[in-house]
Formats: sequence, C-alpha cells, structure tokens
Amino acid sequence: MARRLHKQRYLLDFALSSLWRRKGKNLALLGVYSLLVFVLASVLFFTQALKREAALVLAASPELIVQKLAAGRHDLIPAAYAERLREIRGVSRVSGRLWGYYYDARVRANYTVMAPEEVAVPEQAVLVGAGIARGRHLSRGSTLTFQGYDGTPRAFQVRGVLSPESELLTADLVLMAAADVRRLFGLAEGLYTDLTVAVNNPREVATVAAKIQELLPDTRPILRDEIRRTYEAAFDWRAGILLSVFSGALLAFLIFAWDKAAGLSAEERREIGILKAMGWETGEVLQLKFWEGAVVSLTAFFMGTLAAYLHVFVAAAPLLAPVLQGWSVLYPRFRLTPFIGLFEVAILFFFTVVPYTAATIVPTWRAAGLEPDQVMRS
Amino acid sequence: MVRKSTLFFAFLTTVVLALGLALGEARLRVRGELPYLRQEVMVVKTLQLTDLCLATEARHTRHPSQADWHSAFQSHPAALDHFPSGSIIPPPENVRRGYGPQAP
Amino acid sequence: MIELSQVRKVFHAGRPNEHVAVAGVSLTLEAGRLTVFRGPSGSGKTTLLSLIGCMTRPTSGRIFLQGREITSLPLPFLTDLRRRTFGFIFQQFHLLAKVSVLENVMLPAYPLGESYSALKSRALSWLERLGLAAKAAAKVEWLSGGEAQRVAIARALINGPQVLIADEPTAHLDSHLSQEFMALMADFKTAGTTILIASHDPLVHEAVAVDRVVDLRDGRLVSPESRIC
Repeated sequence: MARRLHKQRYLLDFALSSLWRRKGKNLALLGVYSLLVFVLASVLFFTQALKREAALVLAASPELIVQKLAAGRHDLIPAAYAERLREIRGVSRVSGRLWGYYYDARVRANYTVMAPEEVAVPEQAVLVGAGIARGRHLSRGSTLTFQGYDGTPRAFQVRGVLSPESELLTADLVLMAAADVRRLFGLAEGLYTDLTVAVNNPREVATVAAKIQELLPDTRPILRDEIRRTYEAAFDWRAGILLSVFSGALLAFLIFAWDKAAGLSAEERREIGILKAMGWETGEVLQLKFWEGAVVSLTAFFMGTLAAYLHVFVAAAPLLAPVLQGWSVLYPRFRLTPFIGLFEVAILFFFTVVPYTAATIVPTWRAAGLEPDQVMRS
Repeated sequence: MVRKSTLFFAFLTTVVLALGLALGEARLRVRGELPYLRQEVMVVKTLQLTDLCLATEARHTRHPSQADWHSAFQSHPAALDHFPSGSIIPPPENVRRGYGPQAP
Repeated sequence: MIELSQVRKVFHAGRPNEHVAVAGVSLTLEAGRLTVFRGPSGSGKTTLLSLIGCMTRPTSGRIFLQGREITSLPLPFLTDLRRRTFGFIFQQFHLLAKVSVLENVMLPAYPLGESYSALKSRALSWLERLGLAAKAAAKVEWLSGGEAQRVAIARALINGPQVLIADEPTAHLDSHLSQEFMALMADFKTAGTTILIASHDPLVHEAVAVDRVVDLRDGRLVSPESRIC
C-alpha cells in the first residue's frame, strides 16, 4: 500500500516536472482553460442563483391571473368579468390589477406603472423603484412629470423610493393611485389590466382555470406554475445564447487541447521511449499522463471556479449581468443570493475536469505502447 | 529542495479550502439574506407582482410570464425576444427615441 | 549466468523490408565478467544487448537468466525482472532535458515506489561517488559530455543491477574520458557486477579489465572465442 502511494507520488512529481519543462505552452493552456471554467461557472452560478431566487420569491405571486385577449393581443378586462369569476365554485377572491408601461424617452427606459391595491398612495403622488430614482436622480419630495395619453404633462410628487433590497422586483416600478393611473393612460372606469383570482383549495387551481376558459372563452388564465416555468425556460435560453457565443472559444480550446494532447511532439515521444527503456511499463506511462492531465485540469477547475464565485457573488457579475439580463436600459442593481452548493460544483467538475483528463490519456496510448528497445535502435 | 508534489498538494489544499470557504460563505449568506428574501416575498404578495425586473426594454421581457402569444414580434425598444433574430437586430432609432412628441 | 540458445531476431518479418538482426546466436556469459561485443555497425550487437536486457523478445530461440527461462515470461514479470536486474547506458545517454540531474538519476526507481528519503540518499551517494555531487540540482543540458555520461551511469546503477549493459558508451567521448569510463567499469566489475558492452572502439576492447571479446558479423558469432583472459 505504502509502495503504491509512494509510486503515485513519484509519478505526480515527475508529471509536474514534465509540465514545468514546457511551461510556456502549459501556462498558456492553463490560462485559457481557467478562463473557460470561469465563464462556464459564472453562467452556471448566475443563472442558478436567479432561478432559485425567482422560484422562491414568485411563489408568493397570485395563484391565477386572468387576461382578456382581443385579436391575439392582451386587452383590458371589464370589471363585469370579475363578477362572473366570483360565481365559480372554489374562488375565494377576485381583484382587478391596474398597471401598464410608460416609456420615458429622457432616460430611454420603460417604467412599469401600477396602482397597488393594498398600498395607499395619495393622488398626484408616486412611489418609485430604486432604479428609476437612480436614473432620474429622484428622492423623496422631487417632482416627476409624465406625459399623459392626451399629451398633457402631469406632475407627481415622489413620496418615497422603494427599498433597494427588493430591486430585483421593483427597480422600474412607479406606484400611484388608481385614479391617477386611469387619468394618465386614459383608461375608462370599469376596466382593468387583468384580474387576479385566489382559490380556496390550491389543488383546484387547474380545475378553476378550465372553468374560466369555458365561461369566458376570450380570456387566458395564467397559472402560478406557468410563471415558474417561464423563468426556468427564460434563463436556460439566455444562458444558451451566451454559451453559443462562447462556443467559438470552447471550440478553439478543444482544438488547442487536442493539439497539445493528441499531437504528441517528437520530444514527448522520445521521452516516453526513454521511460520505457528505463523499465517503465505502459501502464505507468499512462498514469504519468493521467497526472499531467489531472494537474492541469484540477488547477484550472479550482482557479476558474473560485474566480467565478468572486465574480458572481462578490462583484455581482459585472461581466455577465448585461447579457443575461437582456439589454435593459434601466439596469436593476441587485445583490445575488448565492444559492449554490456542492451539487453545482460537482456538475462543473464533471464537465470540465473529466473530459480533459481523459483527452490527455487517450492519445498517449499508442506512444506508451512503444517497444522499450526502440530507444536502443534510434 | 521541496518536492514538487508537496507544493502541488499545498496548492490543492489551499484551493480546496478556499472553495470550501466560498461554499460555506454562500450558505451563511443565504441564511443572512432570508430577511431580505422574506421582504421580497412580502413585496410580491402586497403588490401582486408576477415577474423579476431583469430586462425592461419590452413588455415580454419585463413581464415574460404575462406576455401574450404574439408580443415577441411587436414590442420594443431593444427587445431581446424569444427568437434569435431579435437578439441580433437592433430596433430602428425612431423607435428608441420614443413615439410621442420629444421630451425636453 | 546468462545463456542464449539459438536466438534469432527478425524485424518486419514477412514484409519486403524484413531484416534479420540476430541470426541464431548461442552463447554463455558468466557472472562477474566484463564482456565486449565487437563488430561493425549493423552486425547485431545492439539487438543482442536488447535481447539480453529483456527489452525485446527473440523471434525464436531461448534466453536463460540464472537458469531461468525468461523468453516466455509474461510482460509484467519481464519488466519487473528487467528493472531489478539490468542497468542500461545508451550511446546517446538519453537523459531528459530540462530536468535536474537528481531526478534523471532517480527516474528508473519511480515505479518501484520505495520511500523518497531512501531513494534520494542513494541517488546522491551515487552522484557523489561519480564526482557529480555539486551538480545534483543542475539541469542536464548544462553538463559536459563526460558529466552527462556519468549521470547516465548513476541512473543505470540506481536500482542496484547485477548486470550493466552499455551500448557504444564511448562513441561521444574523447580518449581520456573513454579510458576513465573503462576504469569505472573495472571498478564495478571488481564489486561483482556483470558488464556487457557493445563497441567497436579499440580503447574499449583493448582495456585491461575486459575478460572476453565476442565478435559479431551479420548477426552471427564470427569465431567461437576471440580471447579469453
């Protein structure tokens, strides 16, 4: 047992010597490899953190939202629909949401204007999200002017800025009284943007949704579960865009690694020949190459992963956020809760360390099988 | 002369510990941020929110869960939509400037 | 100690470039002697040495080592036998560049997995005996030809071989260094090591320590015995 350990340690010693002999090439490889792990790990950590936070936080969103559709587009829903929904068995509460978008050409940003039901905002006053406050340099007491649907400017007094802690949800929100929302957008009384429905028994949500579609065929119910799925899909797709852009680099790395590993140089062949002549077995040469691959990939894995952790969770992902968040005009600035654990790290390990190590051993196979006397003959 | 493997083990121990510390810190931070997360849950509940504020440029990116089936073709400015072309082609400048009369 | 019986080695058998390197050699080599294989290049000296050193197997014929037939041993046993019994010194030295002298010397012992301190002190003591103690940490490409060969000798000796095999060891040495090499071989012989050298250098086969010269031509022994001291 001790002999085996000693032997592997010797092989590791020699693998490190071997790598160090070609340090220029190997350090370049290590750099590219670490960068690759860094990008993969950053994407993984970032999307994972967002997904988990979205899943956790949006679990509190309305169970069921009912939109009216007109000619395939989202349309305002009449209050009368709410009455009909209340008649469905199992529905405990129906309320109308009043919200819309306002494009502020001055900062080239879209705001989400909303009339909250449970927060009282006086007329001609607003509460703004921290992103807007930053973009327009607003604070409590400032005045914010919106241009109404009819072209008349409407001034609002900023009553407060929403807590920056919830910026992931509220960065672009403008909260105002329902009457103000109607006046700003020219919405008639008795019309809502959509309706939220609360259901007594959570297991009946799907049944209720089916009933709603039957009762009001021009509406579209959106289940909370669909919201969750939307988020899982959205991040996968966006992470996918990034990875597809990045796959060029990945390919270049693979070619580089392949060239490095597969195209054993004459020098490396000669070395293997010497080792064989010195009494090393084929298996020992392969173990040596395994250690070489393992040293490079482990180093790259740890460096890349640690750098990604610092990048995503300490520096708040400055390199990734703009891409994954979309080309927002109003960048929400939020802290990411590091929802990562051994599982994510293990996945990363499996996809980065294992293939490279394997790729370095396989091409050595033939050279390692050299007859030991080849050195004598050369 | 220190053996190279000793140096490598030292390096490996350091980075494994560092990664362990990072994961440990991650757990602590998740715990530490629970109050904020609870606050976020409260915000979602009271305002009846449905989406994260990640991309505000189009309604199907600001509220992806609320988008109607055709919105990915229609919205703007600088829309990142669910179709690859939208990620590549920028919107026309007049759309980005805004539709109505120019703000001062 | 080493016995060869009708040993043949054919390269590229059955192909147009078929080449008979050793064509039926029968020979007995005694332990503790210094034997020189003499012959022009292509006479089969080197191939014969690699056959004896278990680096390659004969096409036909048998080789016995201390009465034990080794030709049919499975590969792992053969490798193990080779690294414990034989030490090799090559014509081109075949040291690994950019690696320290000490590591080069220790290399053949790595697969055996003994403790680092024991191996290192043995390697250092060999380097000291060969006058290379100061060069242990140096890279091999900084060495002179004579130093490089002494490193190669230390490497050949690291596993304490009973048989030392040298292929054209003086090809890259001047007369003075060649004589020094043969003096070293004489020392090892006195210590009980069997020494086999392939060479066509007169300085080698005329050295005093040489017990026997075996002449080879076209893969065959020229005359049964050229010289016995």
